[in-house]
Amino acid sequence: MAIRVADHHLPTPETPTLAARSGVGAVLAELLRFSRRNTLAAIGGLVGVMIICVALAAPLLAPRDPLKADFRRMNKPPDAQNLLGTDQVGRDTLSRVIYGARTSLFVAFSAVILGTTVGSLWGVACGYLRGRFDLVSQRVMEILQSFPDLILAMAISMAIGTGLPAVIFAIAITRIPFGGRVIRSVALSVREMPYVEAGRASGASALRVMTFHVLPQCLAPYLVLATTHLGVAIVIEAALGFLGVGVPPPTPTWGNMLADSITALVPPWWLAFFPGLAITVTVLAFNLLGDGIRDTLDPRLSPAFLRMMAGGRRR
Amino acid sequence: MRKYLTRRAVYAVVTLLGVSLSIFVILRILPGDPLVAILGVEGHARMTPADRVRIMADLGLSDPLPVQYARWLGDIGAGRLGKSFFRGDTVAALIAHRGPISAEIAVLALVVSWLVGLPVGILSAFKPNSLPDGVARAMSVLFIAIPGFWLGMLIVLALLFWVGYKAPILIVHVWEDPWQNLQIVIGPAIVLGLAQGAYIARMSRSCLLEVIGEDFVRTARAKGLREGLVVMRHALPNALLPVITISGVLLGFVLGGSVAVEQAFGVPGLGRALVTAVIERDIIVVQNLVLLYAVIFVVVNVLVDLSYAWLDPRIRYS
Repeated sequence: MAIRVADHHLPTPETPTLAARSGVGAVLAELLRFSRRNTLAAIGGLVGVMIICVALAAPLLAPRDPLKADFRRMNKPPDAQNLLGTDQVGRDTLSRVIYGARTSLFVAFSAVILGTTVGSLWGVACGYLRGRFDLVSQRVMEILQSFPDLILAMAISMAIGTGLPAVIFAIAITRIPFGGRVIRSVALSVREMPYVEAGRASGASALRVMTFHVLPQCLAPYLVLATTHLGVAIVIEAALGFLGVGVPPPTPTWGNMLADSITALVPPWWLAFFPGLAITVTVLAFNLLGDGIRDTLDPRLSPAFLRMMAGGRRR
Repeated sequence: MRKYLTRRAVYAVVTLLGVSLSIFVILRILPGDPLVAILGVEGHARMTPADRVRIMADLGLSDPLPVQYARWLGDIGAGRLGKSFFRGDTVAALIAHRGPISAEIAVLALVVSWLVGLPVGILSAFKPNSLPDGVARAMSVLFIAIPGFWLGMLIVLALLFWVGYKAPILIVHVWEDPWQNLQIVIGPAIVLGLAQGAYIARMSRSCLLEVIGEDFVRTARAKGLREGLVVMRHALPNALLPVITISGVLLGFVLGGSVAVEQAFGVPGLGRALVTAVIERDIIVVQNLVLLYAVIFVVVNVLVDLSYAWLDPRIRYS
């Protein structure tokens, strides 16, 4: 233990070599350093990468066709033939959980990237331009935040029809105000920095200053936001599927599988347990990773983060 | 203070108007004919064009959108919330019948979250980085990650399998039979409360640790107070403010989460009604229920803001 504490105070040997290395080597060194400081986050990241790999390689990994019904083997508990059992029409639960990772991750990643990006760009514009535009935008974001996430997502996906794009769009919209609020506060402080002023003074247009001077400063908080919201997006997607307003069946999603399990008269435990476990493990992995990235990239954000969620309007 | 109050109230009203407008815009850009949604494709095809026009006019769906919007707001002002396309229930009756159950769940969940979260947070902050602190933090990370509706399903299943117990499925209000009523609401309340409790534990721990580093805490220790008194009497009241604020935000999670958790427990609350209405595309019910949820959320957050101003004498809103 004492050795590790002392380690921290030594000039880290990686730092000088880091600048010299380039490409893959530098990235690896950086990753190694990150995982040494944030073991939990590294584990989360590793599990996350594994789940992403499972989703990508679903056709290779799934033992059976996730959509193929087998009426001779309905509602079978886990056995040698179907490792995680089968559902009411004899589809293999393991294969459906594996394919479910695809839908879940695709929806969550697309929604978070879309929502956070739109929110962040909007936030940069608000923080930099200020004035009436900012005032009106803040009201709009406040309105968006007045809805509980799941309820807003339900209403939007109902309005534009249930389907993969509709679900992505609905979840993305609920993510916009978070990006907007956090990035706006970053942009507000960055715009006062001398180099931004210098840019302005040398006659650069507002758009140019925002793109080349303010935006790069927002990259770290953007990454933090995106990873911390992945877990939320996965849960919303699953909840929509569970409530029957998400990605429509027969597409295997974890939420749909949970919904299937409660319609049964005697709910089969394997059908209720494994998809939920998949959700929990995935969300846990991304949350741990997000916390670690936040602590590393932007320590200023961590205590203030929840409070900022609570209200940028205060003080 | 009065000035602040009025400004906050005006903002809240503006926000709520915006909320109602966005609900209206979202639900009126529904692709497709509302009549097809209501009657199904076959039913729609069987009707004569004249019938269609008449029904649209009856439902008030053929007026220009601004007129429809103004009439909706007027109706709400007059206390008329319209009725379901399919069931003939008025929305007001629906809310009166099912609302109390959901409200009970939300309030109980908040109580559970404080009862669980605060002691755990205080224990953690007493001895940071100790074993109990580590366990508490691991638990809070876990409970934040577990989806409430899944936990609910597992509880229902476990009770069914091992005890053979099933909660009542019909609505029993607390004033009719408190014991039956408790059996309905306690499950969802605990599940929702645990997840929020995890956030509260996390928040109160970090806030307490922040406050414990301040000068007045050192003074309290220097004058020889016991550590317990230092924390409970001096540090805690100052650390509670952000925890109260987060409770307002958490209510949003409770309101949203309760929709799925009610479904998992089979509780016939307002959330179930909303889900049914969304699946049936019962526009009038959906728009009024979504508005109701948003109004509750906004009003509670205004109250939280006010309590903040009231509890912290340093904050003088001007």
